[in-house]
Amino acid sequence: MSALFSQNPLMNGPNYSFSDTPVSHPNEAHGELREHRFNPYTDNGGSTLAIAGADFAIVAGDTRLTSGYSIHTRYSPKVFKIGGTTADQKDATIVLSVVGFAADGTALRERLDAACKMYRYRHGKPMSVNAAAKRLSTMLYQKRFFPYYVYAILAGLDEEGKGAVYSYDPVGSYEREMCRAGGAAASLIMPFLDNQVNFKNQHIPGSGEGHAIQEREKKPLLREQVEILVKDAFDGAVERHIEVGDGLQMMVITSQGVEEHYLPLKKD
Amino acid sequence: MPGFDFSNYNRNAALHARGVPLPKATSTGTTIVGCIFDGGVVIAADTRATSGPIVADKNCEKLHYIAPQIWCAGAGTAADTEFTTSLISSQLELHSLSTDRKPRVVTCMTMLKQHLFRYQGHIGAYLVVAGVDPTGTHLFTVHAHGSTDKLPYVTMGSGSLAAMSVFETQWKGSLTEQDAVNLCSEAIQAGIFNDLGSGSNVDVAIITKDKTTLKRNHIKPNERSKKLKSYAFERGTTAVLKEKIITKKELGRFVDIEEVEPEGEKMDVDT
Repeated sequence: MSALFSQNPLMNGPNYSFSDTPVSHPNEAHGELREHRFNPYTDNGGSTLAIAGADFAIVAGDTRLTSGYSIHTRYSPKVFKIGGTTADQKDATIVLSVVGFAADGTALRERLDAACKMYRYRHGKPMSVNAAAKRLSTMLYQKRFFPYYVYAILAGLDEEGKGAVYSYDPVGSYEREMCRAGGAAASLIMPFLDNQVNFKNQHIPGSGEGHAIQEREKKPLLREQVEILVKDAFDGAVERHIEVGDGLQMMVITSQGVEEHYLPLKKD
Repeated sequence: MPGFDFSNYNRNAALHARGVPLPKATSTGTTIVGCIFDGGVVIAADTRATSGPIVADKNCEKLHYIAPQIWCAGAGTAADTEFTTSLISSQLELHSLSTDRKPRVVTCMTMLKQHLFRYQGHIGAYLVVAGVDPTGTHLFTVHAHGSTDKLPYVTMGSGSLAAMSVFETQWKGSLTEQDAVNLCSEAIQAGIFNDLGSGSNVDVAIITKDKTTLKRNHIKPNERSKKLKSYAFERGTTAVLKEKIITKKELGRFVDIEEVEPEGEKMDVDT
């Protein structure tokens, strides 16, 4: 009985007919062509995270680039400034983070940057974050049936000067949020952010019995508090996810411009 | 005859055919090494255990006892290395008692390979066997399908290439005990830092004619940094929907209660 389920064709009972001889691929027996496929995607690991504040936004990502059990490089940034007037992006106001397939991330970054530059050339003013956010969504959906294999997060300051974070799925569905984690350790970091940024499952002690207890009031965090949360989130992710580590790159967007910070993470 | 229970085989095969995935085993995607020196042998291992891309245990033990002077480093499926080594350890003890001789490393290696070959690689144990017996110092590798090697320095597991690169650049024919410990530690660290399946600390075992020394966490190059703030919640933060208190005294009516002092290795958790 067990032989019926065997992976080994020789074990699947005697083969009395020549048309029933064991073959390595089931389709070959019926004279069909064997299909050889090219797989264009790789998962390059890593993780990203963004949090919006009252008058700032922070985007962070680790700098390890992997495939399988190998580290390709310990410093490959995943967070980029977008839409500046120069090659070094020193006057940029929008930040994009991409995680997933690194080659698609690079391609998407360059396309969005070009789109922002074209907008500036045609309209004589920089692109707003909500306009860039919509443009990125369109770009992703244009490749609906051969997607960019990336989880993108776009951040900046909105037209009122408030921190804005937009998160995307690989085919362009997007949403403005207070915070979002993306990539390999997203499932480890996101619950931490829900609790510490949006105060989920936190209540005011002694404010009521059972279901009547009041939820902790939601208010935007200070920049110092957010920086601490980002560092602790990544230190935690490095402990439990093998594809996260080496370095932490952090971009802080304020009305003064974009500051970039780097600090080391564990390298094992 | 020791053996496995196959009574769920047909049910599981039918489920698998309908698309139910197999359960994921904890694997010690590992770096393990061994090296002979003048007067004994050293084996070493990292301490990371993984389940897919998630670290299951940050400080597990991959050095297994077989006999007082025979130890084994295991890579592959965690349960298989654990049970295979303890099974052979007990068989070897009985063999030693009935023959009234000290167990030999070749005997151990032969028993392991025959056991693993019988299961055609389905027992995913990849082992480095090392020891000193009345015939001398020995070092072997045993693969899950049953093949073995006898070499002066060996590496196994997902970090074997990183570790072997250290041996191939630094190994020499005559080594002191300290040289061998250093070389093995370097090889394990190459695995820890360059292979994602390996990580955390270095465990070392030194076996000589007279004694075996197990150096648990010989090197700890990956200490966790302190958290930048406390995440302790104020009492009453979590909503309590229903409350029922059972005192220790009440519980004593159903079970015997005994105070036990906490002991052994503690996991690092928030306090």
